[in-house]
This record gives sequence, C-alpha cells and structure tokens, in this order.
Amino acid sequence: MIASLSTRKANRLPTVLEHASGDKRFKILEAHMKKHQFKQDALIEVLHKAQELFGYLEDDLLLFIAYKLKLPASRVYGVATFYHFFTLKPKGQHTCVVCMGTACYVRGAGKVLGAIEEQVRVKAGETTPDNQISLLTARCIGACGIAPAVVYDGTVTPRQTPESALARVKGWIGDDHG
Amino acid sequence: MIMDDLIEIAQKERASRKRYTIRCCMAAGCMSSGSKGVKEALEKAVKETGLEGEVEVRGVGCMKLCCQGPLVQVDSQEPGATVEIRSLAQGPLYQKVTPEEAASLLNTLRGGTTAVAQGDPQQPFFADQFSIVLANSGYIDPERIESYIAADGYHSLHHVLREMTAKEVVEMMIKSGLRGRGGAGYPTGLKWATVAKTANLQKYVICNADEGDPGAFMDRSVLESDPHSVLEGMAVAAYAVGASQGFIYVRAEYPLAIARLQTAIKQAKQYGLLGSGIFESPFSFNIDLRIGAGAFVCGEETALMASVEGKRGTPRPRPPFPAESGLYNCPTLINNVETFANVPPIVRKGAEWFAGIGTEKSKGTKVFALAGKINNTGLIEVPMGTPLRNIVERMGGGAPDGGKIKAVQTGGPSGGCIPAEALDTPVDYDSLTKLGSIMGSGGMIVMDETTRMVDVARFFMEFCMDESCGKCIPCRVGTVQMHHLLCKILEGKATQRDLKTLEELCDMVRSTSLCGLGQTAPNPVLSTLRFFRSEYTDLLKEDLFGPNGNGSGHGKDALAPTI
Repeated sequence: MIASLSTRKANRLPTVLEHASGDKRFKILEAHMKKHQFKQDALIEVLHKAQELFGYLEDDLLLFIAYKLKLPASRVYGVATFYHFFTLKPKGQHTCVVCMGTACYVRGAGKVLGAIEEQVRVKAGETTPDNQISLLTARCIGACGIAPAVVYDGTVTPRQTPESALARVKGWIGDDHG
Repeated sequence: MIMDDLIEIAQKERASRKRYTIRCCMAAGCMSSGSKGVKEALEKAVKETGLEGEVEVRGVGCMKLCCQGPLVQVDSQEPGATVEIRSLAQGPLYQKVTPEEAASLLNTLRGGTTAVAQGDPQQPFFADQFSIVLANSGYIDPERIESYIAADGYHSLHHVLREMTAKEVVEMMIKSGLRGRGGAGYPTGLKWATVAKTANLQKYVICNADEGDPGAFMDRSVLESDPHSVLEGMAVAAYAVGASQGFIYVRAEYPLAIARLQTAIKQAKQYGLLGSGIFESPFSFNIDLRIGAGAFVCGEETALMASVEGKRGTPRPRPPFPAESGLYNCPTLINNVETFANVPPIVRKGAEWFAGIGTEKSKGTKVFALAGKINNTGLIEVPMGTPLRNIVERMGGGAPDGGKIKAVQTGGPSGGCIPAEALDTPVDYDSLTKLGSIMGSGGMIVMDETTRMVDVARFFMEFCMDESCGKCIPCRVGTVQMHHLLCKILEGKATQRDLKTLEELCDMVRSTSLCGLGQTAPNPVLSTLRFFRSEYTDLLKEDLFGPNGNGSGHGKDALAPTI
C-alpha cells in the first residue's frame, strides 16, 4: 500500500478525482466535510463517514480525503492505520465479532472463538476467501453483564456457547449455497 | 428559559403520568436480550386492551441486574399524584421477559396472574445500593429531556448560574471531596481550581467517555441511562473554570450511547440549556461529540486530546499538564463521565451532604460493573469503603454453580487481582492501591477456581501489547517481551531465570514508560505474582544451567550437561 502510494504519486491525483466524480458516495462524503468546514481536526469524523459509506478505506479514498482537507497523505494514512476501527481491506458479506473482554474471556469467549475459527477455517481478523464471512474480535463491547457476547452482523447476542455460535455461523454458510 | 419554565415543564411532566408506569429497560444489555421487542409487544397490548388512559409504557435506562434481562418493572400511583417517579413504592420486577409473554403482564394490573418470573426488588443486590450517579437510571426516559427535568434536572445549573460565583462553585467541589472517577483519583476540585486560575480566554472542558477497560461498562450505562446529567455536570464545570466549548469523547463501540447523547444535546439546545445566554445569563456553552475509533490509549488524557484534534492518539510528556496547556494548547479540564454525573447532585444537595458519604479520603459512592464468574452480573453503586465481600458475596450472590471465588480483578489492564483472603478490604482508592491494584474506572471481574491466574496475566499483557501506541520504547518493546515470557511460562518451557527476567522487566517498564498505559501494564503480572506466586512456580521447569545461568549453584549431581 505504501509502495503503491509513493510510486504513482505524481499522476495519481487526477485519476482519484476522476474516479470520485463518477461516484455519488464521494459527493456525500464531500458534503460531510463541508459540514465540518473542511477543518483538519475533523479527520477522524470524516474517516468514520467514509468507512460508513464505502465499507472500508481504499487508497483512492484516503488520497481524496487528504486532498480535500489539505493534509499530507501520510497523515491521513497514519491516522487510518492507527485506530482499530478503520479497516483498509473490504469486509465479508457477514461479520462476526467475538468480544474478548475480560468478562467474556473468563466466561469462555476463547472457546467460542476457537470453534468458529475451526468452522470457517480463518483466523480472527481475517475474511474467508469467498468473501462471505469476516471473523473479528473486539476488546470489549461493554456487554459484560451478558457475557460471553458475540456481535453477528451488528446485533449483539448474549450468552453464547460454541454450539450456539456455530449454529449461527452455519446458517450463513447455508444461506450462500441455498 | 428561566426557572419558572423549568418548574412548569417538570410539573406538566409529573402530572401527565398515568396510573401505571411500566418501565422497560432499554440499555444495551437488555436490548441485546430483546427488550425492544418486549417494549413493542407491551405497547401493542396496551393499545389492544384499551388501557392507554391508564398505562404508560416507558423505555428507561439501565435497571442494573443485566444477567436477568430484559427487565420490566410496574409502578402504580394514586391518580393525580405529582411526586417524582423515584419516590414511588417499588412495584413487582419481572425478569427475562419475552415479547410473547409481555402481554400477560397487563393481566396483573386487573388482579390476574402471569407466568413471567419475578425478581425480588428488595434483594441485597438492590437494597444495598446507594444511588447518586445512578439515581435516575432505570426511572427516567433517557430520550426525553422533560423526563430528566421532572427529576429536578437542570436545577443545579440554574442555581449555579444565578446564585453562585465561579469561585464558589470550585470551592464547593473542593469541599465535597470528590475525586476523579476515571481511575487515578485526583481531587476534582483541585483540578477545576487549576484550570480556573489560568488567564487564557479560550478554555475547554472535555468529558472522557472512552471507556476502554475490558470488563467495564459503567460509563456506557450512565450515558445511555441519564445523558443529561453528564451534560449538566459539564456545563457547571464550564461555568466554574470559564470555558465555553466542551467535547465528549466517546467510543465508537457504544452506538446506543452516541445516539442518546446526540438526542440529548439536540434537546438541550432546543430548550436553551446549551448554547448562548443559558438561563438568561451571560454564560454560553456548547458541547460537541467526538467519536473515538478504537484505541485504548486514547483514555489517557494527552492521547485523548491528540485524538480530538484529529491526530494519532499518542500521549505526550507531562508537564505541561492539560490544565495549563491542553487541547489546541489551551487550558483544558478533562474529567470522566461518572465525575461529571456526580456534579449536579452535589450542587443540589450540598458539599457537606456528599462529604458525609464514604470514607475519610474517598468521598461519595462508586459505580461498579460486576461481571465474570458471579451470579448477579450488572451495575451497582455503593458508598466508598464498602467491603469487597459485601459486594461479591452479598450483592453479587457468589460464584455460580457452587464454585468458590478465587480473586476479584479491578482496574482492568492497569489494575490487579485481589485474592479471596483479602475480600474484607474496604473498597476505596487507598486500600486498593495498598493491595497493588487500583480503583480504576470501576470494572470488577470475579474469577473462580477454574481461572488460571497466569493465563489472566497473559491475557492482560496481550491487551497492553496490542494497545501500546508505540511512541515510547519501554512500553512498545517491554510489553512484547513480557508477553513472550508469560507465554513461555504457560507452555511450561520457562525456568526460574525467566521469572526473574520477567520481574526485572516489570520494574523497568513501570518506571520508564511515558504514559499511564505503560506504567501500569505490569500491574496484573505483579499482583498475580504477589498473591499467586505458586501458580507461576508450578509451571517452571528445572534450569539445566543452574539458578545463575552459568552452571554454578547446582547440587553436585545435576551439574554439567554436555553441550
């Protein structure tokens, strides 16, 4: 990624802007930046919005933001990679976030994660090759009272066991073939 | 908006209350157990049975006993009564309500029965609580400002703006003895005084709602249940220190808290309780939200400020302290959610009242998130100095399935494990520090006999290793090495010398790291080593090279392996 940014830097910008002109989402993003008066300290807010619109932060998108906020690309890239919440790779169709906070951990979140890893055959933080399921972990989602918790496609689900988690994930796999 | 308007809104809100109020918990814990469906089913049932004139279904904040959620409680009152909802007699508490069963709750209002399990609202879990911060939680509707005003909301702000000088407010905070609830316990009044003393025209107030400790959810619950109390606390603080702009830095992992804060800020602005000329005084104050992006280190104040400025969240050396030079190099007051939520009650009831609660050096109450291997998980608020045993055994109901409590972890990755033998320790800042742990923000994870302490230490070290921002070397490299050593111990490949190295590393990282993350990262290792050393030594193997690593110090027989 770093290499690709530096090698084609000179003539990259016109391509980025042209790419942006044909995509409605860039317009929405620009309106959002305008709301923040293109202030440089709104970078994190803008990145949040960008990820919400595009699902992940691709090269062109970061360059576009850098250009519009008049920030060096390195700064935008640096911030985007610093925070766990931002992702530079596309996510799968379904996401499964296993909470690995302390309360969930002592109540067996590790076993739940292990079972899912075995089932979908990817490690935490990866996406299945067919782009169907992204398996992620969270540091703590604050649902400690109902531990262990797993977030399936944005829905927090309480008191998970390896069995209940597998049933849910298998449902997704079933969807795709059926 | 003047005081009369405030009183009018409050009276109107109280008078409009119906004969029955069915309170339905709508905080994140119960929501994920399906309380939204329960509330909808109840509303539908009320409509179908034509009880709209008599029954109000109200979505409220956290009702505390998360493990039994979704929770529903039914209050009744005489028609025309205008007391606060908190002071009504507690009605029956229904647990684990499902949408299908919800309609049957209405039968009970007409003398019928229901199959839904009932909890005892007088059990120690509820009876032993002392609510200041959570007083409104579970009673008011967090999405309606009128509901907060009816519970005496924004009266403190009015009192402060109209009756007190900024200096008097700071003095009041000093007198109350309130200490920062974010973990370190710095006296809040002194912090306010430092910021108030600076001569800058532009100052900021920041609310630290980046609750990163795994196993802690107090701040999330306060924000979801009673967001206006935090806004009001911030406004009082801003008046005291002379700031006109505030920020709330909240984690992106808490979407519900963010949504409720946005609603709350919007409503407060509409009523003129935020903005310019609040209560027709010259005081102006605005609050903006800043959404975090998942970095634990941003709970550290200098890192948080860097993040508010849209940069990477890395800490910087102190001094200068934020109180002198913080956000955009201006004096900045930065307090935790719970600290701000304590402010309106202190103003309302007086510093003496607050100082009368708790212990000599730790005043007031503390909210704890009780979780882990314990029967009653949820949110509790107790006076400072309550023995740990009361909390985990009486209120928490002990370990599930007849297990035995082995240790209680407080303070998250910066804290330590308190062994079962020390359960009689009173919970306050100083007693916990003496035990090698910290109060922290209030996460309390109970561990039973099945939990391996070395594994817990490794878990926290992995956390610190991942979350280290990488700016200073002791933390960046030290945490990786400590994690490696802990893994080695767990795999049974380590020797006595590795343990010694680990202890040396702990000391080095603790004394040389730049910020709180690194300085406290060794705490879980040190405290488990202190109380559960045998668990470490049981995993060690014999060192072929002797305790000194050079073949000396062995018994004669064990000498000289050939290499």
